[in-house]
Amino acid sequence: MLQIRCPWCGDREETEFRYGGQAHVDYPRDPAALDDRAWGEYLFVRDNPKGEFAERWVHTAGCRRWFTTVRDTATNQMRAELPSARKPVM
Amino acid sequence: MTVVSTNESSTEVAGLRRSPLAGRRDELAAAGVEGLRGVRLGEEPFLSQVNLRVLPASPAAAGVEQALGTILPREPNRVTGDEHDAALWLGPDEWLVVAPDGRADGIVEAARTAMADSPGSVVDVSANRTTLRLAGPTSREVLEKVCSLDLHPRAFRSGQCAQTLVGRAQVVLWQVGTEPAYRLMVRGSFADYLADLLLDAMAEFTHR
Repeated sequence: MLQIRCPWCGDREETEFRYGGQAHVDYPRDPAALDDRAWGEYLFVRDNPKGEFAERWVHTAGCRRWFTTVRDTATNQMRAELPSARKPVM
Repeated sequence: MTVVSTNESSTEVAGLRRSPLAGRRDELAAAGVEGLRGVRLGEEPFLSQVNLRVLPASPAAAGVEQALGTILPREPNRVTGDEHDAALWLGPDEWLVVAPDGRADGIVEAARTAMADSPGSVVDVSANRTTLRLAGPTSREVLEKVCSLDLHPRAFRSGQCAQTLVGRAQVVLWQVGTEPAYRLMVRGSFADYLADLLLDAMAEFTHR
């Protein structure tokens, strides 16, 4: 089982959390301007890297707050996200 | 439909209330043992619980603190006050105010008045959870069997709380005494499950 660090509550077991997918998938600024392909990509297509991956998690059984963390998909090592890491996707 | 509630009828309703573990009071009491390796389990029904959400740095938060006479803890998983009047940290802008039975209406009234038009909410959630009290010298060992948190005094002391899983049930775990004594605040529908789980965990200490 993974130990995940909630920024509020500290280290807790994975079963207390739910996964929220890739972080920083921003809602398109002007959705009406997107064609079907771009809208489909926004809705369904996510990165699938081997290595560091910024993800959303929610501490469901605890403080119920969402947070972003960086997980290495090969090793499951997790670390807090650096403030400078945020970059818009679309 | 308009529901008219008078003081008279609410007193009658209070007499008709039945806590989730009311039928198991004798069973829980009989399962405890005293002594150096003792542990006891019981229900503390009908505690007043008020969920409070307010921005921690706002004047409204200070106003609520003054109105309730309780400091709202800003540090995660801390409790201010004692087991009779307390504020538990639930989130960076969320607290649970706990008091004896019958105080919820007064707390809601006072906090709402203090908050006025500021963003936030005050909700009576007393009926949401019942409270199990696990106390005695071996209560920490019992709890450690069913909870993954580090409950050693170096990590979890009297005056700390945590929202976590005990077994498969979501609880607000609150250490109220150094004996140690814990309160486990759990949804009514999980109360039977949690009582069974704790009775089972206690069995090796109570030799039953």
